[in-house]
Amino acid sequence: MVQLTLPKNSTLKNGKIWNSPEATGRWKEFRIYRWSPEDEQNPHIDTYWIDLDACGPMVLDALIKIKNEIDPTLTFRRSCREGICGSCAFNIGGTNTLACLNAIEDYEGAVTIYPLPHMEVVKDLVPDMTNFYAQHRSIQPWLQTQTPTPPTEWKQSREDREALDGLYECILCACCSTSCPSYWWNSDRYLGPAILLQAYRWIKDSRDEATGERLDNLEDPFRLYRCHTILNCTKACPKGLNPAKAIAELKKLMVERRV
Amino acid sequence: MNMRTPLKKVYHLGSAKEGASHFWLQRVSAVANLFLVIYLMGLIISLAGADYITVREALSYPLTALLLLLLILSGVIHMRLGMQTIIEDYIESEGTKIVALMLNTFFSVFIGAASVWAVLKLSFGA
Repeated sequence: MVQLTLPKNSTLKNGKIWNSPEATGRWKEFRIYRWSPEDEQNPHIDTYWIDLDACGPMVLDALIKIKNEIDPTLTFRRSCREGICGSCAFNIGGTNTLACLNAIEDYEGAVTIYPLPHMEVVKDLVPDMTNFYAQHRSIQPWLQTQTPTPPTEWKQSREDREALDGLYECILCACCSTSCPSYWWNSDRYLGPAILLQAYRWIKDSRDEATGERLDNLEDPFRLYRCHTILNCTKACPKGLNPAKAIAELKKLMVERRV
Repeated sequence: MNMRTPLKKVYHLGSAKEGASHFWLQRVSAVANLFLVIYLMGLIISLAGADYITVREALSYPLTALLLLLLILSGVIHMRLGMQTIIEDYIESEGTKIVALMLNTFFSVFIGAASVWAVLKLSFGA
């Protein structure tokens, strides 16, 4: 059966309180998930206080400030700080999103930051993305053609190009997949919303000639049909994309090619 | 220690190249259920408080009995497909899953057969 309770060594404990608010300034509390494979401790929630007058506006700014000035052991991924690399995806205030795209002031009370749910944790806020990336590799996310490659570029009409809007913007941050209960229970076999959106992006591409094979590889009770239109994916996507719609389009194509 | 590559694990046994018919049948039976359940509700309301003889008489009309039989068929198909999805979602161990899927089929066929028998008994009058 699905495991609904955490094993003893995984239950969350209260951790260290690193500093406290001072008399002057606008102080905000950050409660952050910590776990290290190097000690025997349970995962715990550490508390940090940040003066918003001395910090950038985004949640990522606070994380960087904590790492630079309070606790250099805090471990997390980040790169572009402008919502295009997909590295700083965490569960912030109960929602999977990118730390760089969310203002601290939009969170009432303490800002809680956890790693993406239901992923194996490497350390602190860093989840193991190995399976996710392998799933992406499995849908062969590149242009496939049999027609000999033209001397210049593959041509595409304006309309055909526009059909990729809302698909090509996906940055593979995994916010959607890790918000999906179906992906939590069956991520070993279900591809999840992010990868299915990527798969649809190549199926929809007017230049790609492997549509049939791509659909063949997706038509599977687990790979595709574990989606039960829960719609957490669409709600979570920090780029405003709609993976649930992409999956619905895939299901429509599966029916269309047989009726 | 597991030395298989991540891609090997993801490819697993390959695509079953199946699932669309399950998906489609679930939708078709849902649409059928929508109309047939509305009919059933109308029938129940029209027979509310009626005695056994009246009910038997109503069910002796071929169309009434036929629609009820179709509802049983469509309802049982829909129920079995839905329960199959839930079992596949939540039961991880292969052995338990196979047993649960079998019981699901047995249960659905039994309920369907029993319901058909009840309608036929009333319809043909026993």
